[in-house]
Amino acid sequence: MTIANVLLVDDEVPFVETITKRLTKRKLTVKTAFSGQDGLDELAKSPDVEVVILDVKMPGMDGIETLQNMKSQFPLVEVIMLTGHATVESAIEGMKRGAFDYLMKPCDIDTLISKVQEAAAKKRQHEEKIIEARIKEITSRRE
Amino acid sequence: MVSNTEYRSRTRRLITTTILVSIVPMVLVSGLILYQFRYSYHEKVTDHLEETVEKHKQNIDVFLKEKSSDMRFLSRSFNFEQLRDESLLESCLATLHQEYDPVIVDLGVINKDGMQVAYAGPFKLGQARYAEADWFQKAMRSEYYISDVFLGLRNLPHFIVAVRNEWNGEPWILRATIDFGAFNELVKNIRIGHTGFAFIVNREGKFQTTAYLDIGAEKGSYMNLLDEPNPDLNRIHHIEASDESGTDYLYVTAFLKNGDWLLICRQDASDAFADFRKAFSAAIAIILLSCLGVVSTAYLISKRMLKRFAQVDHEKKIMSRQIVETGKLASVGELAAGIAHEINNPVAIMVEEAGWIEDLLEEEDLKGAENLEEFERALNQIKNQGSRCKQITHKLLSFARKTDTRINDVDIYEFIDEMVSLSSQRAKYGKATINTSLPPGLPTLRVSLTELQQVFLNLINNALDAMEKEGGTLDITVQLEDTYVVFFVADTGPGIPEANLERIFDPFFTTKPVGKGTGLGLSICYGIIKKMGGDIDVRSVVGAGTTFRILVPLQIPEEVSEEEDVATVEKERSEQVPMEVRILNDNSKSG
Repeated sequence: MTIANVLLVDDEVPFVETITKRLTKRKLTVKTAFSGQDGLDELAKSPDVEVVILDVKMPGMDGIETLQNMKSQFPLVEVIMLTGHATVESAIEGMKRGAFDYLMKPCDIDTLISKVQEAAAKKRQHEEKIIEARIKEITSRRE
Repeated sequence: MVSNTEYRSRTRRLITTTILVSIVPMVLVSGLILYQFRYSYHEKVTDHLEETVEKHKQNIDVFLKEKSSDMRFLSRSFNFEQLRDESLLESCLATLHQEYDPVIVDLGVINKDGMQVAYAGPFKLGQARYAEADWFQKAMRSEYYISDVFLGLRNLPHFIVAVRNEWNGEPWILRATIDFGAFNELVKNIRIGHTGFAFIVNREGKFQTTAYLDIGAEKGSYMNLLDEPNPDLNRIHHIEASDESGTDYLYVTAFLKNGDWLLICRQDASDAFADFRKAFSAAIAIILLSCLGVVSTAYLISKRMLKRFAQVDHEKKIMSRQIVETGKLASVGELAAGIAHEINNPVAIMVEEAGWIEDLLEEEDLKGAENLEEFERALNQIKNQGSRCKQITHKLLSFARKTDTRINDVDIYEFIDEMVSLSSQRAKYGKATINTSLPPGLPTLRVSLTELQQVFLNLINNALDAMEKEGGTLDITVQLEDTYVVFFVADTGPGIPEANLERIFDPFFTTKPVGKGTGLGLSICYGIIKKMGGDIDVRSVVGAGTTFRILVPLQIPEEVSEEEDVATVEKERSEQVPMEVRILNDNSKSG
């Protein structure tokens, strides 16, 4: 049983590869993308992704922009910003646009996993609430 | 930089210019005016003298003419035969005495042979022979004649007015003796000013009147005039000359008696020009005083101005140094942010790879491996070094970026206590003791606690590093000065050489061995304190120690809105989620 379905978006290929291995080893299902656009495409293909780990600084579509697009297209997906660029400003910008949290590279793998778990839990909670709401709606309709 | 000597030469130039510009016109104008004044005053004085002399010349001429007219009248009124009668002559003399002044002493009638045939007067001179007398010979040659003053037969100074007439084809002479005393008075009474007086000399320079003062010694000055062969008889001359004693005299001369006599009026130049001299000395005194005033004012003003210049120069120097410092910090900040990001990514990968190897090591088939412990140690080392890299990059980033700028109330006593307890362990190892001296009643500061901590940890760590080898004392002193709280962090370490003092706040300047310091600690401190509106400086004596002085204002200046923005958002965020990433609290190691 997987802990969470994760999409890792980062332009640093070796970093993505290693993290993928380590997360997989810790029973996370990991999908990868190497740019913002790839990430969006991947997300469209795999609706079961719960948490996106997103690098802030990427060539082309950067982290903030990607986050914005993801949030508008897939509002339920939780995003953890990952930055090698320790700017409070970009972190705050991310939080304002709906990121779940941000972490700084290099980060401790256990911290990352616990963040992912929290994010996944939040997402599931959201989904449950939505399902509940739907059930309520359906049941109320029947009455 | 402007050196002291240059300031001095500038002062000199300024003083000289001011003095020249103000004194030269003054002296020129007053000199011109004085010269003109002197000239016209001279003119006036000599004109006046000349006028006086001319008037007297006329008087004397008139006097002499009168006498000779009297004689002519007498000689025409009566003939030789009539006048030989001494009683008639005496009645004539009496009439003359009565009608005119008693200046005519006596009358005499002389025949062509120089024999006095009749005489009237107080002296018994009847039958006197004048044939050899100089005046007689001259009188025989002209119609009327006035002699020079001489003693004559009566042995008294007198002069003679003689008129020649004809009787039966024979010439005869009527002569009158003029009372020398009366004539003398006429001239002697001419007085000008205090020292001016008049006298008459004949062509030989013999005195014809007694001079008011004995001036026999300095005849020469006017004698030239007498030596002139054809003098202009109507002209009034004036001569300025000085005698042997150096006194200046003004002589005004006029010819009398057809150039036979010279009327001379002499006055001391100092007397004649007394008013001018007075005015002149007053003017000179005023000019000198003004010059003195100008010089001292120029000196004082120049000094004051130059002092001000020096001050401004100094301020400018400080300001430009600050600008350079700030510029340097800013550009280094940009650079640092770039480097930090570029380095963070590879370091992250390295650390992750190490983590991955660790993960793999946990798999069973390697559990029994001989070098498992070594592997683990090496991996740990990689991780540790990775986190050290992270610390360095984070420090760079905190240097470049805004840090935790939230303003707190900081209690100075608590704050210093905390700082000391944080450093006490290190101090113990370094054989250093930390003393604090805080006066009671210090106010709380309104600053960012994190930033202030960062500054103090940097300074304390630097001080402890400096005293690592020898041990020593670290004194933290706090004082209240006006609107600043002043902190002194003083160590007894080896001190900082002069050459390094200027650069210690420069980014990346460090004297620590490679790997021990980033050279950023003090520039971060500098940036933080400057941002607080405070100041930080250093004083150091090689061999005696180093003292850092930090001024923190009691009222922090208004933060710029952007920073406030960040601070509020950050605060909101920190309330929502626990803060995982602290960008700032890893400054405990100084640069």
